[in-house]
Amino acid sequence: MGASWDEVQEGMEIPTLEKNCSTQQLVHWAAGSGDFYQIHYDHNFAEATGLPNIIVHGALKHAFLGQLLHDWVGNEGRVKRVGCSYRGMDFPDEDIHCKGVVTRKYEEDGEKLVDLEIWTENPDGQRTSPGSATVRLP
Amino acid sequence: MSDETQESLITDEMRASIGRESEPTTLEVDKTSVRMFARSVGYTDPVYYDEAAAQAAGYRSLPAPPGYLGTPVFNPNKRSARPQGMLEPSRPLKRVLNGGTDIEYLTDICAGDILTSISAVSSIEERKGRLGEMLITTTKTTYRNQEGEVVAIMTGTGIRY
Repeated sequence: MGASWDEVQEGMEIPTLEKNCSTQQLVHWAAGSGDFYQIHYDHNFAEATGLPNIIVHGALKHAFLGQLLHDWVGNEGRVKRVGCSYRGMDFPDEDIHCKGVVTRKYEEDGEKLVDLEIWTENPDGQRTSPGSATVRLP
Repeated sequence: MSDETQESLITDEMRASIGRESEPTTLEVDKTSVRMFARSVGYTDPVYYDEAAAQAAGYRSLPAPPGYLGTPVFNPNKRSARPQGMLEPSRPLKRVLNGGTDIEYLTDICAGDILTSISAVSSIEERKGRLGEMLITTTKTTYRNQEGEVVAIMTGTGIRY
């Protein structure tokens, strides 16, 4: 069961989604998303472009934030918009905490909506993918 | 190193490309591709894997998870549409980073759908940042389904430096 609009309050935090990507998961993502840029799975290639290591795909972090929202709203709700910027790199085998806080609860065109501030956080507590979202709730 | 006298990274050709629509791209959404995408993100919700569960939850078939907007139909014998936002700036920039993604969903996308996307560059800006000279290109892509309905609008930010 997903969240219900009546129970949501502005300022509330939604349950955190914990991620930690193996290099194998990044290869799954490359295939699943069609993004085969080598900085995400070829260590030598990543280093040659000046990176310290393979980096997690930005779009995968966007998809993690999508999962954070989907898992919260359930299938009676819908994710209506998800957006984030890629401000910092995340690396394989490091925790990525996906978090969200409700910023606005309102009704529009007969839909029960909630806006959220969402972000991914690295092990140092830095927000590497800050963004915002809108969901519809039952 | 007098920055003021340097010419813009943005060429006339790049300026002229703003707002110009791309050729359409066809993208398929099928059950296997939905499962692959959902698995790669780490979803456990059965609606992304089991069609009966998806239908019990009210979807036509497996729904596309947030972030999945179909897989472009690959055919090595056909020339692909010219990539957007990759015109050469006045000084060469070697590296590319994804700056951000924003997707608005207007209606459900499910396995069996065939989407058509059309992109256009909406802005090109230059900035100096921690990466040095940067060129920031914002591209808007509109996705329609086989009924012609707009299902999603993606705004992507690309950074070259």
